[in-house]
Amino acid sequence: MNRLIKIAAAGLVVAAASVAYAKPVKYELPPEVAALKPGPNQDVAVNNCTACHSADYIQTQPHGPKFKKDFWQAEVTKMIKVYGAPIDDADASKIVDYLTATY
Amino acid sequence: MIDRRSLLKGSAATIGSLIAATALDPLKALAATVTLPFENGERPLVKYPQKRPMIGLTERPPQLETPFAVFNESVITPNDAFFVRYHLADVPLNIDPDTFTLEIKGKVDKPLKLSLAEIRKMPSKEIVAVNQCSGNSRGFFEPRVAGGQLGNGAMGNARWKGVPLKAVLDKAGVQSGAKQVVFSGLDGPVSDKTPDFAKALDIDHARDGDVMLAYGMNGDFLPVLNGFPLRLIVPGYYGTYWVKHLNEINVIDTVYDNFWMKTAYRIPDNDCNCVEPGTAPKATVPINRFTVRSFVTNLTSGQKVKAGKTNLKGIAFDGGKGIKEVAVSIDDGKTWTPAKLGKDLGKYSFREWHLPMKLAAGQHDIKVRATSNGGETQPLKPLWNPAGYLRNVVETVRVTAA
Repeated sequence: MNRLIKIAAAGLVVAAASVAYAKPVKYELPPEVAALKPGPNQDVAVNNCTACHSADYIQTQPHGPKFKKDFWQAEVTKMIKVYGAPIDDADASKIVDYLTATY
Repeated sequence: MIDRRSLLKGSAATIGSLIAATALDPLKALAATVTLPFENGERPLVKYPQKRPMIGLTERPPQLETPFAVFNESVITPNDAFFVRYHLADVPLNIDPDTFTLEIKGKVDKPLKLSLAEIRKMPSKEIVAVNQCSGNSRGFFEPRVAGGQLGNGAMGNARWKGVPLKAVLDKAGVQSGAKQVVFSGLDGPVSDKTPDFAKALDIDHARDGDVMLAYGMNGDFLPVLNGFPLRLIVPGYYGTYWVKHLNEINVIDTVYDNFWMKTAYRIPDNDCNCVEPGTAPKATVPINRFTVRSFVTNLTSGQKVKAGKTNLKGIAFDGGKGIKEVAVSIDDGKTWTPAKLGKDLGKYSFREWHLPMKLAAGQHDIKVRATSNGGETQPLKPLWNPAGYLRNVVETVRVTAA
């Protein structure tokens, strides 16, 4: 298996290195696959949260009693106050409820 | 290849064929996952151009963690396995090295716009240095904290080639009264309301001769996701300062106070840079040098080994004083046996270590602890801070000898 992987990886490296330094380098990111889980107001979360970042930012946060409504409220507030997310109050509370119920 | 600290889901044959398929279609995601050893630690193994399969943390912007087994392959982390960390999702995907310029402005006598060719004509230097994300190992914090939930793979050691920042600053002529130098790159936010990523160093640090602008990494160009065509190298300092796709240097006569310096990336301002778990610090300072760390790389928790002699192998590093000693304990820290240090690649590099050890039949907790030339060492119990930075507890690998 290791040999197979190494051969595959070597092929990719050669392909990448063959991009000559003098030419513009075009880089293609893989298509996004992370998605928010179904739940009430999922559409509001999709429209607002994933405008700026992929859903795995949410999915990978820890679970547990400390990671309920207060945690998600703080995160949504940070997105609005610190990162300038244009989310109105009504949507913000829907997003907090969705995240608390779904994650 | 696959992180041996993690539980691989799916058979080897399946993964082999998936990776083979990926070679034909580089953008095809791998349907394999790894599970980092903390709650909610399942991650996809993902394949990006110029990278081998990596542990995927986030997709937009891309954040990739190095599978831990890579650190046992070589003391230098290969470019295709080097971790990736972005903050903001407008990642530069079309970069023309011919038209790329680095602007040096602000409190300088002669503002400059340097092409890559001009930078490459300047006398070059090489340095082997570890880059480590401030939040490396955040997933192990207890109590858990918000942020990127990383295992131990957001670090790497590379041979960087470029020019000293000092040489470029001298070319521009720093004016008296300059206090800090601000660095920013081609990557940016999606919304203009989001604070653009930029970091600052004090002027004396910026001119110390070690901080450099790198265009080369391990004998090759920088991979796109590691900052092509030029990035800042700040040896001994956390990765947050290693600005990628560096295209602007601004010399200022104030202390830079954007979000990324004033609010984010701060650590408690006390001797241990720590607080009682779950509490907030009274005062903070910008994160700076790495804490000292060490790892066993050739054994992983849960592994079974033959009773008798086992050769232990690993790495250690610190914030730039260099490693004085690495020692191993198999009696819960009561006694420590010094390991033999490997080749010295410089004070900012990973330092390999080896130690033949006799393991009687039964279960063993193998602990490893490094001490720097400055006398700093690793705590037996983890220190805590609210952002999940600086983790450097003595690592323990639990194996069974039979």
